[in-house]
Amino acid sequence: MTATQGRVRPRAIGTPLDRLDGRAKVTGSARYAYEQPVGEPVYLHAVQATVARGRITGIDTEAAAAVPGVLAVLTHRNAPRLADTRDAELAVLQSDAVAFRGQFVGGVVATTSEAARYAASLVRTTYDTQPHDSVLRPDRDDLYAPESVNGGFATDTEQGDVEAALASAAVTVDQTYTTAMNHNNPMEPHTTVAVWNDGELTLYESTQGVHMVRSQVAPLFGLQPDEVHVVSPFVGGGFGSKGTPHAPVVLAAMAARLVPGRAVRFALTRPQMFFVAGYRTPTVQHIRLGADRGGRLTAISVDAVSQTSRIKEFAEQTAVAARMMYAAPHRRTTHRLARLDVPVPSWMRAPGECPGMFAAEVAMDELAEACGLDPVELRIRNEPATDPETGRPFSSRNLVACLREGARRIGWERREQAPRSRREAGHLVGLGVAASVYPVFWMPGSSATVRAGAGGRYTVSIGAADLGTGTWTALAQIAADALEVPVERVELRIGDTAFPPASVAGGSSGITAWGSAVVHAARRLRETYGNAPPDGAEATGETGDNPATERFAMYAFGAQFAEVRVDEETGEVRVPRLVGVFAAGCVINPKTARSQLVGGMTMGLSMALHEESHVDGRLGQVANHDLAEYHIAANADVGDIDVSWIDEDDPHVNPMGSKGIGEIGIVGTAAAVANAAHNATGVRVRDLPITLDKLLGDPGAGNGPAVRRR
Amino acid sequence: MRVTFTVNGRPQEADDVWEGESLLYVLRERMGLPGSKNACEQGECGSCTVRLDGVPVCSCLVAAGQVQGRRVDTVEGLAGEDGELSAIQQAFVDAGAVQCGFCTPGLLVAADELLEHNPSPSDGDIREALSGNLCRCTGYEKILDAVRLAAARTGQGV
Repeated sequence: MTATQGRVRPRAIGTPLDRLDGRAKVTGSARYAYEQPVGEPVYLHAVQATVARGRITGIDTEAAAAVPGVLAVLTHRNAPRLADTRDAELAVLQSDAVAFRGQFVGGVVATTSEAARYAASLVRTTYDTQPHDSVLRPDRDDLYAPESVNGGFATDTEQGDVEAALASAAVTVDQTYTTAMNHNNPMEPHTTVAVWNDGELTLYESTQGVHMVRSQVAPLFGLQPDEVHVVSPFVGGGFGSKGTPHAPVVLAAMAARLVPGRAVRFALTRPQMFFVAGYRTPTVQHIRLGADRGGRLTAISVDAVSQTSRIKEFAEQTAVAARMMYAAPHRRTTHRLARLDVPVPSWMRAPGECPGMFAAEVAMDELAEACGLDPVELRIRNEPATDPETGRPFSSRNLVACLREGARRIGWERREQAPRSRREAGHLVGLGVAASVYPVFWMPGSSATVRAGAGGRYTVSIGAADLGTGTWTALAQIAADALEVPVERVELRIGDTAFPPASVAGGSSGITAWGSAVVHAARRLRETYGNAPPDGAEATGETGDNPATERFAMYAFGAQFAEVRVDEETGEVRVPRLVGVFAAGCVINPKTARSQLVGGMTMGLSMALHEESHVDGRLGQVANHDLAEYHIAANADVGDIDVSWIDEDDPHVNPMGSKGIGEIGIVGTAAAVANAAHNATGVRVRDLPITLDKLLGDPGAGNGPAVRRR
Repeated sequence: MRVTFTVNGRPQEADDVWEGESLLYVLRERMGLPGSKNACEQGECGSCTVRLDGVPVCSCLVAAGQVQGRRVDTVEGLAGEDGELSAIQQAFVDAGAVQCGFCTPGLLVAADELLEHNPSPSDGDIREALSGNLCRCTGYEKILDAVRLAAARTGQGV
């Protein structure tokens, strides 16, 4: 039996079950990594490099070591040698080289966090400083093409003759768009509690994947995977930054090795999170579109530039969405990287699609304007019959339905085609649209165990993660339906390597992968033991393969609409209304799903208007590295967000018929806001975030200022 | 120094408190009350919100010495002795206002204080009262719903 054969009959699935972890979280009794009971812990505080590139020539730890309560001071000179240093991001304290400002150069272990922190401030480091290069510029002559981009996608693609098609196109768009560096900033800082016992390592970790941490950390310390135990029942958000291990877990494990048997608690401070926990690379995207007068695309060309670090490559797949989104016979995409003296970029919610669809969807708005077409109609005209990239049919594709429903909900008929035509009480008002897309990834490698207990109860175990996404609840619903029992009879156990292996909570693939394994295990139990299994009966199932992924292109789609109001006097931008309509297959739990989508759109709004990590090129660091200066959308920044989804039956994606929803919400929001801002003001902002200075406009461009000039 | 104060109605004592020690540290590390969260340590995010003599404060910015002889209420004190959730706690669960849960304790304490002083708040009142509490997951909409729901259930709502 393949994983997709036989759909699960939905009973609990599709119901808005209250979050099963809700009580623990509202009473303050949910134990996050730092709060796990570990006896008498000791505390670690990191020492960070104060230069962006160079070598350590001296590191004076005497004063730090003399602080009462200090147990150990770690530097590259005395740190345990790692057994595997191939991943330079994780090769912590293995040499005197400094590859970016803020890199760990030491750590202090003490009996109190205060002593550790104070002592860390006393470590004196001197450097042989080398010139550094830490600002992304697209005009450099050393941009390079990576072998492939993230997800294993091809770096460049080309079909047809793009240049000829552009040269002969009746209408063209040729513009460059930029997205800012963003930092994930989950509310819970990255945290590890590490303890060594009898040569084995236990990590209480804030992570999106306990087995991912085990598999990455074990070889560093020369351990077998089963000698590393990772526990992570509750996670205070991740948004990608806890998807793959970063330097902090390694530093904590090293520090714990110096005090065997004692647990070392280590939490990054908020400012430290801007250096060693990943971030979304800035992007520069040159987009060229060619179309006939009716707006039908003949050519799509995307050249994307992003940054990576000197020590480890991270190749954001910025242009991949443009490969499959719209039909056009002539198409090319390229990715180029600038290798800089910066922290290693990493995953942030919808990496690739999120920045890529900002540029592509603003370009589509520009094309609609150039053709004199409604932007919704333009997208409908370019709807492909099959995946333009592979020629495969879509397992389901309901973008057009989302566009039509979203247009109805926002009152699209009230939109004036000509920009700057609607004024209300001192505000310029506009509406904008953008499409959303996110792939349905099939991530193999997960297993689940279902065990029958007394009284018709079942225990379902899998090392899955709940970052706040709703896994505790949605996976229990899937298990209940697969076993054909009420949810109350299912006890779910997740977040621990003691349970069967689970793929990482990333790529919006968690429910697809883990749910498929749970369904498989439940069916095996029923096949073996029938409907009344004896107490203790057990079966294990796997995610397995889904042959349909070879035959179909699988994606979730959506349409986002924004209403933007720009103050004519000040240029202040407000977004009183966002509408998102999604087609994401079967929705397992409407309550947790809605929260995911609203949250994604809010993060998209935040990206559109606020979020920008400013790199100070002289220092080689993000200057605004705390929540006072890096603004994320607060309560008063958010208006009405109307999220809905259309009924979509997709028999191919997995036994639940579900598609991931953790990331698609952020894809397209910023473009919808930018397009609405253009409709409101006539000023085309191509560089995120859309701050009021950019709406002052460029009189030379013929748009005129958005706000009155005195 | 020794600090004597009341936490969730119970007298408490902390010894050997250092000068720079925060109330948040005392609660989390000494009192065994980790409900209040440490997320920014600079009063920007509100995750550590507790009430000090009834007034919401960021406990990361309150020196432990300042609470001598005063009353502190944390998220752990919101539910009844029998474990029954308070109206605002139940409303957060019912409305789907909880996701990762890290901002939740601070938001609950702030919302509880709002409803005590303003049993039927307008949306503007709610947004203003909760403006110091950042949430990265929910987009705030369900949090507003939860506060409205709690207000309505206590019979004094709009």
